[in-house]
Amino acid sequence: MTELDPNTERARIIKGRNRALALVLFGLAVLFFAITIVKRMP
Amino acid sequence: MSTAPVQPIPLPADWRDFWSLTKPRVMSLVIFTGLCGLLAAPVSINPVIGFSAILCIAIGAGGAAALNMWWEADLDAKMKRTANRAIPAGRMEPRAARDFGIALSVGSVLVMGLAVGLLAAAILAISIVYYAVIYTIWLKPRTPQNIVIGGGAGAFPPMIGWIAATGDITLMPVLLFAIIFFWTPPHFWALALFVETDYAAAGIPMMPVVAGHRSTRRQILIYAVLLLPIALAPFLLGLTHWLYGLSALLLGAAFLILSLRVATFRTPDNDADMRAEKRLFGFSIIYLFALFAALVADRFILG
Repeated sequence: MTELDPNTERARIIKGRNRALALVLFGLAVLFFAITIVKRMP
Repeated sequence: MSTAPVQPIPLPADWRDFWSLTKPRVMSLVIFTGLCGLLAAPVSINPVIGFSAILCIAIGAGGAAALNMWWEADLDAKMKRTANRAIPAGRMEPRAARDFGIALSVGSVLVMGLAVGLLAAAILAISIVYYAVIYTIWLKPRTPQNIVIGGGAGAFPPMIGWIAATGDITLMPVLLFAIIFFWTPPHFWALALFVETDYAAAGIPMMPVVAGHRSTRRQILIYAVLLLPIALAPFLLGLTHWLYGLSALLLGAAFLILSLRVATFRTPDNDADMRAEKRLFGFSIIYLFALFAALVADRFILG
């Protein structure tokens, strides 16, 4: 079994974390928009 | 010039490790009971606000779970079941888990307060502090009644769901709280009976370790007996219809029979394989899902 290069592994982990964080932030932005619209409804 | 050996920089924790800190399996039960509390309430709630409430309950539970794992990392390292968790396995800095837990907890309470209501946010905050501080830090390592007290933390979600929908604390959310509170000891003690060696190794005063099997089995039965009238109370007090009442009766009877098998009929054979305990543990999960599903079905079918 070949050992993974630590730099490649680090880059892969950071890429995954950035994607997950971007997804969470996008989701929160959509949620806050939706909440604001609902709260402003008569 | 001396050439000191270069220390390898540790790899950062993967997003999956952060996800696992939230105890996703426990979270699924929290989401389910919270959703049932919200749906069983006799008012309609805007879907966006309802979704936000459930999301906040789930994230709050995840935050409390992360704080629990941060605090218990040393204990987790001693137990086979938990030794591969992110912190004891060395895949994550304890500080990262602590900060993650605090961020989720504070964030969930803030969003709950802004989107849903202050009372629901306050109860959510109490539930997080209850689990992360009162249970995890204070009582779990000190008393064999830890599970009884810890049951309170798991009992909050349906109450918060109900309060999110109605904005009010009435008898029904208190009864939903009580159902999970009395369900928790037999559920966890059945598990503790067949994973006792692990808890003993970590020095956690779990009931079977401290009081022995006989006493634990007797207490399982006591809680199962108490659970039956409490689960029936919403029907007996006229807060639900017959569908919930019948479900609570049948499920409670089955729970009681399985608890009786754990408490009595001991032979060297069933003591060794712990079949009765494993069966009770498995059924206890089905019991809770089915009882809360019946509550929601009762409300939607019979009004």
